[in-house]
Amino acid sequence: MIETDILIIGAGVVGASIARELSRYELQILIVEKEVDVAFGTSKANSGILHSGIHDLPGSLKAQLCVRGNTLYPKIVEELNVSYKNNGQIIVARSPEELPILKKLVQQGRTNGITGFSELSKEELLQLEPNLSTNLAGGVFVESAGIVIPFDLVFALTENAIANGVQLAIQTKVLNIVYDKKQFLVTTNRGIFKTKKIINAAGLNGAKIAALIGDDSITIHPRKGEEYILDRKLEGLVKRTIFPLPSENSKGILIIPTTEGNIMLGPTAQEVNDSTDLTTTAAGWQEIFPEVKSLMPSLKATDLITSFAGLRASGNTDDFIIAHSPVSRQFINVVGIDSPGLTAAPAIAEYVIELLQETGLQLKEKKVFNPYRRLIRMQTLTREEQEILMKKDPAYSRIVCRCEQISEGEIRAAIRRGATTLDGVKLRTRSGMGRCQGGFCTQKIITLLCEELNILPWEVTKNGPGSEVLTRSLRNK
Amino acid sequence: MHEIPIDLLIIGAGPAGLAAAIGAAEAGVKEILLLDRQDEPGGILQQCIHNGFGLKYFKEELTGPEYAQRFIDQLDVYPQINIKTESMVTKITPDRKVYALNGRSKLNCYQAKAIILAMGCRERPRGAINIPGSRPSGIYTAGTVQHLMNIYGLSPGKEAIILGSGDIGLIMARRLTLEGIKVKAVLERLPYSTGLNRNIVQCLEDFKIPLYLSHTIIEIIGKKRITGVQIAPVTTDLQPVYNKAFLLPCDTLILSVGLIPENELSLMAGVKLDPNTCGPLVNSFYETSVPGIFACGNVAHVHDLVDDVSIESKVAGQAAAAYIQGDKFSSSFFKVNLGRNIRSVIPQYVATNQPTTLYIRTHFPEKGVSLKIGKNRIQQRVVTPGETIRYTLSPEKLKEFTNSITVSLEEETKID
Repeated sequence: MIETDILIIGAGVVGASIARELSRYELQILIVEKEVDVAFGTSKANSGILHSGIHDLPGSLKAQLCVRGNTLYPKIVEELNVSYKNNGQIIVARSPEELPILKKLVQQGRTNGITGFSELSKEELLQLEPNLSTNLAGGVFVESAGIVIPFDLVFALTENAIANGVQLAIQTKVLNIVYDKKQFLVTTNRGIFKTKKIINAAGLNGAKIAALIGDDSITIHPRKGEEYILDRKLEGLVKRTIFPLPSENSKGILIIPTTEGNIMLGPTAQEVNDSTDLTTTAAGWQEIFPEVKSLMPSLKATDLITSFAGLRASGNTDDFIIAHSPVSRQFINVVGIDSPGLTAAPAIAEYVIELLQETGLQLKEKKVFNPYRRLIRMQTLTREEQEILMKKDPAYSRIVCRCEQISEGEIRAAIRRGATTLDGVKLRTRSGMGRCQGGFCTQKIITLLCEELNILPWEVTKNGPGSEVLTRSLRNK
Repeated sequence: MHEIPIDLLIIGAGPAGLAAAIGAAEAGVKEILLLDRQDEPGGILQQCIHNGFGLKYFKEELTGPEYAQRFIDQLDVYPQINIKTESMVTKITPDRKVYALNGRSKLNCYQAKAIILAMGCRERPRGAINIPGSRPSGIYTAGTVQHLMNIYGLSPGKEAIILGSGDIGLIMARRLTLEGIKVKAVLERLPYSTGLNRNIVQCLEDFKIPLYLSHTIIEIIGKKRITGVQIAPVTTDLQPVYNKAFLLPCDTLILSVGLIPENELSLMAGVKLDPNTCGPLVNSFYETSVPGIFACGNVAHVHDLVDDVSIESKVAGQAAAAYIQGDKFSSSFFKVNLGRNIRSVIPQYVATNQPTTLYIRTHFPEKGVSLKIGKNRIQQRVVTPGETIRYTLSPEKLKEFTNSITVSLEEETKID
């Protein structure tokens, strides 16, 4: 039986951030994840915005941890080699009547401790972003906001945590938890684990996990967000993330430039009952498109390449719930982490460590902690570097994904780093994310997965058991 | 970076690139290099194992790989043609520098005297047509499934539905059926099929596969693997009638919803595109808006017959040869204007003194119309968007035009 000091349930951005932070210390740590890969829950569908914290209510955990998290990112993305850009955000007012609301928002931002605002007249707005509508009344630019690839971040955090001794168990679903005063016995589909402390970072299943120890204080409401992605040929059309004024239950429908040059439109914010409902809808698109088109008239539906939906794991307090469980102080809930959860994640990790210390956790720094994750992205190398790499391993000179120009070498490396499915390869390398959406490379990636994992083509899945992509060979019926 | 000089560089060794290379070699070009990203020449033909190719060009019926092989075999006659496979062109400049990654660990830069763009086209994916619903496995474009079945010998599923009645969708309906996969329906949003009539007969009717015209998919269902689709009829302005929707269970969905010429490299080179063909604007010599850069095959416009690709690509190859040899082309051109029920015409500029075949596509199907080009009227039994109309302008016919050529389809009663 595996015995650990701390068991983290859930390998999304929250669980992974906590794991990586804890991996600095002499501790036995295990992350259990029910999906076939990390980041496959809510984090996969995050908008990837590193928020400034202007939207959050002063005094809330959200405000405190978002502002702090934002300041921690430049170092993290540097250490972990994650695609990131400090592109800033612009919140626009559609009419003169909205300008006073914008001013209030700036005031709220100042209260939250943010600096680096500039209020923009209509002319200044168009100077910064010439493709915005000329009908807007003005805006405010917030310097500290940025963008990041959310799943890349989670892969990086997890890989780095593992490099520093954390254990990860995928496809491991927690079924039962028993507490016997000194330790928890956690029953999963893959055996029983013993642990002194538990961190519940189970996202959409956070309430169910808490309930396993008799903690009924939590309710999670899945709130769906649909996003639509445009062709990379539009790179540069917009540089900063464009926000309208916030609505009642969201920051509004945005125009988001991604670090890779796509433009993302969304998200919607719709309460749903089914915590596995990841459908996009005609209604969602009909809500998004006129909204973003009114901000940027040149946007065209014909530039769409794909869409997706994600579920925010919203809690019942309008704020993050990060606290010792009322049932056991050795069980820490880190739930209700909706927006700005991704931005706050590194600060959440710090906060959780403080909570662990309150219950007597002794932290002893490891003699050797490696803060770096290194990764080869052919597109970011100089020509000379590419030549050297291709000489060393010709697989880097064979392009598999023609739209995003991803080489066989990068795909093989992604599989060796932990991808076991088509989606796992796609999210780690971008292969299949381009304008043909895998039309030409899916078959090659299937072959590479078979070779690397020593499996048969019909065992290859899109995202885990049940999502097999092929049924059989045509040759031996 | 060391530049490799080359007379003619052809991007893509599919049917267009191969015919262009042979055309150029016949016309005396001394050094021709074909670059292809696949591991063998022949392009998409290698996965098109059905017959029906070559009736026009070779006057016999061939399969796709057989048709390709006829051209590959001809290469032996021309030692001046070289092919590099597993070579992916990453960049072209307007002054005809071509950067290519080759699969044997090198990044090369070629300086070409002339370039022929022959990259073909790609399929429109699900996201581009924005079908709502979940994102399970079991959804493929027709070409991907064709590749998986015909090259890899793998079966995609047991019960399939095909969206789109273009030629690849129809061909795949038959292919799946022959391999024991049940094709429950072919759905077409338009009130008519966009495929060749012979394919509707030979691929659907002969196998009793139902074709639902004026129907589309309004939702994809299934969490891990697709389990079905919601289908709805559409109104004349193509809007789904939601209250008439019905569920059809399936474990495989195949999309055949359009082909897009792959012109990302063309745009890098500064080549201007025609919004109607989505390919470069070309003249009678298949020369693009950038001097010395030519385009032919599906990168220029999507063809219904590969035979036409071969014919036009030979013209492009010969023209590139003339360009390299310093011959002067015609300097005056007639612009082609699109008249009634004409969606696109290629070439878009006709040389005033060069016999030129026009490839004409219509917007909608109709009967009892005549093709009108200047004084010439040619009766058409029936026209459909799926079938190209061909018309050759001889030097005699060209004489009547002064500055432009208008192509239209006119109802017969209206013709004076």
